[in-house]
Amino acid sequence: MNIVVLVKLVPDTYSERKLSDTDHTLDRDSADAVLDEINERAVEEALQLKEAHGGEVTALCVGPDRAVDAVRKALQMGADKAVHVSDAALHGSDVITTAKVLAKAVGTIDGVDLVIAGNEASDGRAGAVPAILAELLGLPQLTHANKVTVEGDTITVERATDDGVLHLQATLPALVSVSEKINEPRYPSFKGIMAAKKKPITTLTVADLGLDPAGVGLSGAWTAVLEAAPKPPRTAGERVEDNGDGGTKIAEYLVGQKLI
Amino acid sequence: MSEVLVLVEHVDGEVKKATFELLSAARRLGEPAAVVVGAVGTASKVKDALARYGATKVYVAESDDAVNYLVTPKVDALATLAGRVSPAAVLISASLEGKEVAGRVAVRIDSGLLVDVVDVERSGDDVVGTQSIFGGGFVVKSKVSTGTPVITVRPGAVEAEAAEAVATEETVELPAVDPARATRITSREPAVAGDRPELTEASVVVSGGRGVGSAENFAVVERLADALGGAVGASRAAVDSGYYPHQFQVGQTGKTVSPQLYIALGISGAIQHRAGMQTAKTIVAVNKDAEAPIFEIADFGVVGDLFQVAPQLTEEVTKRRG
Repeated sequence: MNIVVLVKLVPDTYSERKLSDTDHTLDRDSADAVLDEINERAVEEALQLKEAHGGEVTALCVGPDRAVDAVRKALQMGADKAVHVSDAALHGSDVITTAKVLAKAVGTIDGVDLVIAGNEASDGRAGAVPAILAELLGLPQLTHANKVTVEGDTITVERATDDGVLHLQATLPALVSVSEKINEPRYPSFKGIMAAKKKPITTLTVADLGLDPAGVGLSGAWTAVLEAAPKPPRTAGERVEDNGDGGTKIAEYLVGQKLI
Repeated sequence: MSEVLVLVEHVDGEVKKATFELLSAARRLGEPAAVVVGAVGTASKVKDALARYGATKVYVAESDDAVNYLVTPKVDALATLAGRVSPAAVLISASLEGKEVAGRVAVRIDSGLLVDVVDVERSGDDVVGTQSIFGGGFVVKSKVSTGTPVITVRPGAVEAEAAEAVATEETVELPAVDPARATRITSREPAVAGDRPELTEASVVVSGGRGVGSAENFAVVERLADALGGAVGASRAAVDSGYYPHQFQVGQTGKTVSPQLYIALGISGAIQHRAGMQTAKTIVAVNKDAEAPIFEIADFGVVGDLFQVAPQLTEEVTKRRG
């Protein structure tokens, strides 16, 4: 079974994030970058399916040059090869453009049976890229999976949401996005780290994918930012020491605010 | 005035609160037209409630397939209608499924997508959405420059206001399902509906952090939440320590909430957590550490032991609610 797993480098959520002053895009240099946690789970699931059914795992990443770190981590964990789409023209791409580029890039990989993604990248939080990708590739979407099972060309998934669990079924080829709960990702072994150095990474530009560079990135986005401003920070209000009446004081405050 | 399509979220014949918020937002942009996708007989159950919040039209796409396939029936219904009525906008709740539906509708009708807006307004011919990103650190106003604006609206961000209208009903035929592209729902295990409101919809959220100390101690948080009729949340530190289940995590890698009142118990207030709650209208914090960053954003803070303060507050609230 040939699997493409989408990986992405995101700013660390424990560091401060901001928008660049000039064009309202994410200032990716201002924050530490890490492989999105959920992507590691996506890679893990791809590797487990490969171990059970054979085939090949390709890590796919769209992002600036340093996003190659995300690809390398996936290779260290055990992916066989990687495709990295890197092009200055992509700067400022919105979710739809990103999905279109991903769809084209998946198209460069032969005989794909399954595309696996994380369910929501923590920077854009659009939560829609896997679904849009399924729409563009014409694949059934089995998103927010807690559990994935493949038998023959039938794939079944447990989709867990706040509304409960849905049992889903579709025919391969298909697209899956995985949830936080699906597995515990492995750490790359020393052997894996050494082996990764020899694994092939294909680097592609937007033109290589047959897309018009003017149609992607900020200029090609179908949405336009009119204005962006840092929100004035919340200011600290009243603070009291608890002298045995802290709870009562909160209650009085809430009554004053008409909250109870 | 152009119609504004609103995708209705419903469970067992009950319309979710987020849908009333969408209808209220839609009234600012045009004529709210509710789109009901579900089992046969659903629309007759929800129509009156939709009209009460201003829906002048109810589009009905009812069939077995509408229930038995994931996401795509809703996309089919909205894309079909968008082609037919050229709406001013399509509004969908920024729920987990809503985001997926919206993304697919947008690419299918070649239109721009605004995600997770907290406000929406008309500015001349444009529909402008306000987004609060990076956990409320930045406020961004955007518009869709291509096609029909497809917008997901964060639950709880826009107030639901009743506005009685008379709704006319119109049927929408869904296209036949393509089994190679669709995902079948083979069975459902509905979540056991607790007595507490849903975290993202609750007007009061009481959250516990590392300071709560154990899973058993979370009862203190729960009792206060119940006294206030609120939902229970947890910080990432509390979830990672196994005190409370992940689905209740508030923060950058969990849920984003904007309730009227947020009470943080034993939460230090790391950026990771603040990102999920700092758009709350009022924030109250209780922490032993006077230097905890949560106090920098709290409207009212008590430096003290949450195991003393919270039960006392629970008692006061219960007394006043009588």
